[in-house]
Amino acid sequence: MKARVHITLKSGVLDPQGKAIGHALSSLGFTGIGEVRQGKVIEIELAESDPATARASIEAMCTKLLANIVIENYTIAIDA
Amino acid sequence: MQAAVVVFPGSNCDRDAAVALAEATGRPPYLAWHRDSALPAVDLIVIPGGFAYGDYLRAGAMAARSPVMREVVARAGRGTPILAICNGFQVATEAGLLPGVLMRNADLRFVCRDVHLKVESDKTPFTAHYRPGQVIRIPIAHAEGNYFADAATLAEIEARGQVAFRYCAADGAVTAAANPNGSQHNIAGLFNRARTVLGMMPHPERLADPLLGGSDGKAMFTSLIAALS
Repeated sequence: MKARVHITLKSGVLDPQGKAIGHALSSLGFTGIGEVRQGKVIEIELAESDPATARASIEAMCTKLLANIVIENYTIAIDA
Repeated sequence: MQAAVVVFPGSNCDRDAAVALAEATGRPPYLAWHRDSALPAVDLIVIPGGFAYGDYLRAGAMAARSPVMREVVARAGRGTPILAICNGFQVATEAGLLPGVLMRNADLRFVCRDVHLKVESDKTPFTAHYRPGQVIRIPIAHAEGNYFADAATLAEIEARGQVAFRYCAADGAVTAAANPNGSQHNIAGLFNRARTVLGMMPHPERLADPLLGGSDGKAMFTSLIAALS
C-alpha cells in the first residue's frame, strides 16, 4: 500500500519561493498568473493492508516529523 | 564550568563554538555525537550552526528527532541552559524548545555579513554582561532565518519579554531596512519562558576574539561563565 502526503504552507504564511516561481512564469510570458504556492509531496510505501490503520500511522508520521504544523498543512491520500 | 557541544552530521560551527568555550572556560567542552543518547553532567549545552542532516525535509527537522536531542530536551526541562546558534536555533524550534519556526529568508538569498543587534535584556544568564539597549555587531550566515510565529504566539513572546535580540541599524533603530531576512518584529534571538534556552541566528562565537575582527560575542560567554560557575 502506498501513501501520498501533500504538504502545503498554511494560508497567511508568506511563501517567497512560490512568489519567485510566479515572477519567473510571468517573465516567461505566461499571463494571468495569480498567487503561486509551493509545497511538497512525500510518497511512502507501507507494509499494511488496512487503509484505516495505514492512514492513522501516516497521520502520526505527519505530526511527528513530516510537517511542521506551525506553518504547514498536510493531506493524506492512500492508494490501495 | 563544563559545557557540551552537540555535533550532527553537517554541523560546521561546532569547532568554533568549542574554541570560544575553551577560551572562556579554560577547558574544552564535551563533544556529543548525534547518536549519543546520554550526556555527562554539564552546565551548558550548545547546539551549533551548520547544516545538520543536510537540512533535509526542513532545516533542523531531522536533527531535532535525533537521539542526542531527546536528552538535550530532557536536560532543558530540568533547567540546563541551552545556547542554540543559527542551525541550532532551527533545531531548537523543531524540537519544541522554542516557539515559532525559521523560514526561508524573505528575499530567498543566503545572507552572510555582520549585522547590528539590539540587546533587549541583561536579566538572563546569556546576556548579563551586555546592557539593555546596547547595540552589538555579530555576523549572520543563513538562508533560513526568517522568524515566524502565529499572531497569538508572537503577542505572548512580546508580553513575556522573550525576545533576546532584534536586528537594528548601527544607531539601534529597529527598522525594516535593518532586517536582513524578513523576521517578524526583527527577531534575531529568542528565549524560552524561563530564559534558560536562547536561540539566535547570529553567531556570537565567530566574533569572540579581536583577532577575528571583533569581540562583541565574547560577553555572551563571559555572562554564561559568571552565571554558571
